[in-house]
Amino acid sequence: MLVKFFFRLREAGVPATIPEFLALLEALRAGLADASAERFYCLARACLVKDERHYDRFDRAFAAHFRGIEGALETLARELPADWLDRLAEARLSDEEKARVRALGGWEALMRALRERLEEQKSRHQGGSRWIGTAGTSPFGAYGYNPEGVRIGQDGSRQRRATKVWDRREFANLDDDVELGTRNMKLALRRLRRFARSGAADELALTETIDATARSGGWLDVKMVPQRRNVVKVLLLLDVGGSMDDHVRISTELFSAARAEFKHLEQFYFHNCPYERLWRDNRRRSERGVDTFELLRTYARDYRLVIVGDATMSPYEITEIGGSVEHWNAESGAIWLRRLLQAYPRHAWINPQPEALWDGTRSIAITRELLEGRMFPLTLAGLDAAIAELG
Amino acid sequence: MSRSFEGTERYVATPELATAVNAAVVLGRPLLIKGEPGTGKTLLAAEIARSLDKPLFEWHVKSTTKAQQGLYEYDAVSRLRDSQLGDARVKDIRNYIVKGNVWEAFESDRQPVLLIDEIDKADIEFPNDLLRELDRMEFYVYETRETIRARHRPIIVITSNNEKELPDAFLRRCFFHYIRFPDEDTMTRIVDVHFPGLKRDLVAEALRTFFRLREAPGLKKKPTTSELLDWIKLLVAEDVAPEALRGDDARALLPPLYGALLKNEQDVHLLEQLVFLNRRNAR
Repeated sequence: MLVKFFFRLREAGVPATIPEFLALLEALRAGLADASAERFYCLARACLVKDERHYDRFDRAFAAHFRGIEGALETLARELPADWLDRLAEARLSDEEKARVRALGGWEALMRALRERLEEQKSRHQGGSRWIGTAGTSPFGAYGYNPEGVRIGQDGSRQRRATKVWDRREFANLDDDVELGTRNMKLALRRLRRFARSGAADELALTETIDATARSGGWLDVKMVPQRRNVVKVLLLLDVGGSMDDHVRISTELFSAARAEFKHLEQFYFHNCPYERLWRDNRRRSERGVDTFELLRTYARDYRLVIVGDATMSPYEITEIGGSVEHWNAESGAIWLRRLLQAYPRHAWINPQPEALWDGTRSIAITRELLEGRMFPLTLAGLDAAIAELG
Repeated sequence: MSRSFEGTERYVATPELATAVNAAVVLGRPLLIKGEPGTGKTLLAAEIARSLDKPLFEWHVKSTTKAQQGLYEYDAVSRLRDSQLGDARVKDIRNYIVKGNVWEAFESDRQPVLLIDEIDKADIEFPNDLLRELDRMEFYVYETRETIRARHRPIIVITSNNEKELPDAFLRRCFFHYIRFPDEDTMTRIVDVHFPGLKRDLVAEALRTFFRLREAPGLKKKPTTSELLDWIKLLVAEDVAPEALRGDDARALLPPLYGALLKNEQDVHLLEQLVFLNRRNAR
């Protein structure tokens, strides 16, 4: 049964591995699940899922796998012994509340209604928990499982138990299918690092010190060197034009990876195509921004220029004077792009648009021509190739 | 099986968290804890140690921390200096090996709890450098050519703020739990645990204000559990009446002592605007 469950998880995209699965079995053998479905769920999740973004996939697979065979696990049973509820009611409900329950058609009807409503609510956990929350002292809380009745007298978690944890899918918004995590990006960007020792000598050079000490006949002669620093400088231009909206997440990931990796990173924003002005802060787009000439003067040739954009626009925005959609540009985008590329001989354009679509888009073809082919897709392989070009 | 962890009188643990902790304790594997800031990740290790009555070793990781520093460091400079001064200690290299937190934990004569705090702060390769140590609970000291083995497999708790993604090989060896932001029930229990006997209505109003604040759209930094606790502490110290929190007072746009909840001025401005708009619409 569990082997099937394991494969089901993998099919659902939870990257669980064999050692993790064995760890789960070991934990089960150690009696950690206590024959309780909920404990088993927690345990399986702790063992097999290592990223909260996969919690939702796990929940779905778990629900799908155990729905049919719940009966097999005694404690998973949805059916409660009738007198158990009565006992519970005696213990917890006031006479007034009991009267209200009777008015609603008794336990039977109530349970049926509740069950139906829970079914309906599976997909909307937010409303679901609120709805159950408003039920408050009603028996809905008791519908949750704790057939052993151990927690009857305990407040607090009862409400949360009213729907199964895995059916509530509370981690749905954390799920993402990104192949290219920031970690991968950082590892790719690492290859661009250039180390050099510069600045104040504040690190002990052990081998030199030993060497110098030995040479001076045993008298300690301490040698210091400056720290090793990553000296590569990167000038990053990010397209934030309308068509980039589809690629915002992956672009921000690239940006955050770059931010963490390079000390000398300058970023500017442009819309569709760089013209005479660029923006330092995307939120202040309405401001005048930075003169592109000034940028060319400020940052020296040793900066590596990385442009991130989909280059998907009307061809006129690149080739024509006045082609920009936002303002009147006195010089065409192509001229500005050429200036940038000339000023920074080590450059690359990273395009989040899938490579298969490049040929079909006229503006991408024009941009590639201007770049002499140095356009790379925003994939790991593409990033690697771009870095090799920049290095 | 020894005692299991269920939370303590100072720390509210959800059943999910307790299960993950107990699994890690029983199977002797590290437990990786992630979650929003201020949900008690770092506190967890101390509370496990307290509730299971075990010594605690803490290793706080910084961006410059190297994996080796947790094991040991060889203080070559001291040795060089001592050799100049003709100190007898210089003959034995052992005198110049400074033990790190991991070594200390491995040497403990009772099973210890070892906290590796904010592992994501360190270099991206840092977790990979600890694989063997966490797996086999041993490491090799090159200077003295000896292998240090843990006398009792420590209970290892690792926290991460998700600043960097952790390598798969490392994740495979851990149990994992993501501490969700507590819901209102759990939050009431947490407040109870920290301020027993507090006026019910004050807590209820404070929680209401707090959750409403968290729902405000576009906040740069949402207030967290620890900030809520600080705020309640202040409210109690200032003896603020519950009515003041209800916001009936038209002059006070923001909840009293909001500085404990909102930590940057953009958020304060944003909230002022939101409250202002709400007021105007209500009129």
